[in-house]
Amino acid sequence: MVMGDLVREVDVAVVGGGPGGYSAAFRCAELGLETVVVDASHRLGGACLWEGCIPSKALLHVAAVLGEVERAKDFGVDFGEPRIALDALRKWKAERVVGKLARGLAAVAKSKGVEVVGGRGVFEDSRALRVEGDAPQKIRFTHAVVATGSAPAPLPGLALARDRVMDSTAALELPDVPERLLVVGGGYIGLELGQVYAALGSKVTLVEMTDGLLPGVDRDLVQPLTRRCEKLFVKIRLDTTVASLSERGSQIEARFGDGDTIAVDRVLVAVGRRPVSADLGLETTRVRPDARGVVAVDEQCRTADPRIWAVGDVTGEPMLAHRAMRQGKVAAEAIAGRPAALDNVVVPAVVFTDPEVAWCGLTEARAQREGRRVRIAKFQWAASGRAATLGRADGVTKLVADADTGRVLGVGIVGPGAGELIAEGALAVETALTAEDLAATIHTHPTLSETLMEAAETLLRPA
Amino acid sequence: MARPFVLPDLGEGLAEAEIVKVLVQEGDLVREDAPLLEVETDKATVEIPSPVAGRVAKIHVQAGQTVKVGAVLVTFEDEGGREGAAPLGTTLARSAPPAAHTVGGRQPAAAATAVAPTREAGRAAATPATRRLARELDVDLQIVRGTGSGGRVTDDDVRSAAAGGRPPASARPGAERVAPEQPAVAKPLAPVGVEPPALPRFEQWGPVERQPLSHLRRTIAERMALSATLIPHVTHFDRADITELDAIIRRNVEPARERGVTLTLTSFLLKAAALALHEHPQFNASLDPAAGELILKRYYHLGVAVATDRGLIVPVIRDVDGKPLLELQRELAALAQRVRDGKATLEDLRGGTFTITNIGALGGTGAIPIINYPEVAILGVARAREEPVVREGHIVPRVLLPLSLAFDHRVADGADAARFAAAIVRRLERPEQLLLDW
Repeated sequence: MVMGDLVREVDVAVVGGGPGGYSAAFRCAELGLETVVVDASHRLGGACLWEGCIPSKALLHVAAVLGEVERAKDFGVDFGEPRIALDALRKWKAERVVGKLARGLAAVAKSKGVEVVGGRGVFEDSRALRVEGDAPQKIRFTHAVVATGSAPAPLPGLALARDRVMDSTAALELPDVPERLLVVGGGYIGLELGQVYAALGSKVTLVEMTDGLLPGVDRDLVQPLTRRCEKLFVKIRLDTTVASLSERGSQIEARFGDGDTIAVDRVLVAVGRRPVSADLGLETTRVRPDARGVVAVDEQCRTADPRIWAVGDVTGEPMLAHRAMRQGKVAAEAIAGRPAALDNVVVPAVVFTDPEVAWCGLTEARAQREGRRVRIAKFQWAASGRAATLGRADGVTKLVADADTGRVLGVGIVGPGAGELIAEGALAVETALTAEDLAATIHTHPTLSETLMEAAETLLRPA
Repeated sequence: MARPFVLPDLGEGLAEAEIVKVLVQEGDLVREDAPLLEVETDKATVEIPSPVAGRVAKIHVQAGQTVKVGAVLVTFEDEGGREGAAPLGTTLARSAPPAAHTVGGRQPAAAATAVAPTREAGRAAATPATRRLARELDVDLQIVRGTGSGGRVTDDDVRSAAAGGRPPASARPGAERVAPEQPAVAKPLAPVGVEPPALPRFEQWGPVERQPLSHLRRTIAERMALSATLIPHVTHFDRADITELDAIIRRNVEPARERGVTLTLTSFLLKAAALALHEHPQFNASLDPAAGELILKRYYHLGVAVATDRGLIVPVIRDVDGKPLLELQRELAALAQRVRDGKATLEDLRGGTFTITNIGALGGTGAIPIINYPEVAILGVARAREEPVVREGHIVPRVLLPLSLAFDHRVADGADAARFAAAIVRRLERPEQLLLDW
């Protein structure tokens, strides 16, 4: 160590300022532990706030408004052709949405006494962290929390150097509205951003390697979304891989696995996210990420190194901000010696497309695979008064319950507002409610939440 | 052909026993001598070991049931059958998860909690707040029977489990399937009236490891807690000058060996204690607090504490007062061997009236033993040493044996204990009297 290096001692050093990191740091501070966050971008919020959940939801809200305007013609209301001022839209997203939330987070950190140190945190051993950047320093810690998150995965074998080939981070910057956009990947990121660009006017072609959109999600829920995407997009190509991308003047030619080609103005690659665990100096500790970069943790978010904890995307799937936040709180409480554990039954998931798709807990397909005795309830929103008033009969609410006890094991919803409605489903599964509990709870009328009650009622009838 | 296993003869004209616990499940592979069931007769609870290695095809009894000697307890699959013939290791890998609990007796807690066959994602049906309560009270939700609707484990179920009690029986027939009570690997000790306060979270100061208690350890823990809690212990100390006895033993080691016996001090202690008990019958007794009576036993069955690698076991030698020394010695050696081999029978372990514990084998100068409930006294014997003793103004080397007699102050007073101890000392110091019986 060079003389004059700044060394500071803290109870907890959190590497990464995303939802997992700041949740851990805030809780640590509340529990009286001196805590610093080391963040490469010198700010809190991480991918979620700056290049993920929040900006994408801002843009999806715009897409939803444009969709509603289009639908309003059915009600006899015509606003004419929408005019989109891209600069104003970008400014609103950056300042009124992301910037406002970022200022809020910074204020919370300040009020809790959590310092955010700018720079790349690199472990020197299980007790010390070297911060590289404008203000290099060394931090000695009693405990460290790795919360370095994830980054968009590159398309295997294809160079991403051209700026016309975007990952989700670049696409959220909204560089322009390309006339023709190729979306590679039919997962939630490809579908959400594909819908944003389609709503803004791009002709979107989406390719998905597997035989359906949202692989792994209940087909009953995916079907209404697929139908909507078929209207919004020029074409959806399933069972399709991208063999090559090449620049042809100002456009890009994509060649698919079956030999077909397509010319587009931009390409969005959304083929998943990978944990960020390389170049962190973890080899100087007892933490050993696996081949995919995932850092294994136990129920307390403890890694193989007794002083080092990990939360969020770096710990693997499901890579969701709300899971990271819960992990962060659990890790903080475990560090403080409290009997915390990530013993949650469900981590609910939402795809914020039009229509939204949300689910939690056991799916019908998994119940079948595992040979579990379950009963399934499917409530079509065509029978919902509220859905009718919204002009949206395309939703479905689905329950999976234990055949013997009636306990609700899984909930799936597709339709507008599914992301909000799933909260009741998550509460039901997490707290081990039975279908009778759901059915006997008075739900406000007329709302979409009634569909949960209605679905539960069908389970009370004899099979 | 399936092989039935019946309740063996438990001795002493005993015709039946109550099943306390079934330690295996149908489908389990068990090793020979692995515990199958726990049965209770009289005041002794014993494990019935498996007579064979094999797979449990059917269990015919359940906890709480009283069965007669000769009744079928368990049926094993035929040895020649495919499953039974397979090597233990390979079959284990294919067997159902619950087997991991019971093969080979007990598994570490980590292995046990990893197996949760009936749970959604391995979680108990309980609200997050209830799960937090369970963590605080260190209750494994997987083994708590939920009494809530749909088999949900409630806060009360968790508190009840933490207090060592069984949760109230569920009113819903479905609950049993959702939260089976079996199998418990680690479970709370039986309460003795005083509820221990919650432990701090030791993890906050450093890494810890949790180990479930073995059955024997648990039994010892419960008996000792019971005795120490219930009996007002007083310990009387004395020393016996065994210079002469020591010389006699040394002189007779070889002649005894020729008769197939390894002569030790313990047989003389047994004899001396049994004869002293004749004179002081209140130490060969049990207190019946409910009746307000002292039960004086007109038989002298003495227990000898034997250290095994599994823990302390106290086999009993019957009618010590009437047996010649060499016979006592022979019986003692055989009994200790059976205990160390894990082959002691129920008959070997019960019916004691007084206990001798040799605490000198590993050194030390003495210890205060805890009475083997429901006996009245226990004699601790430390290591004999040659020491300088003043006799008629001269310092002479003598071999002294430190004794510690712990007794139930409800039954006897210090003066009684002093006289009883002196009676033992007197006999040890006049070994010719003991040898008259030789």
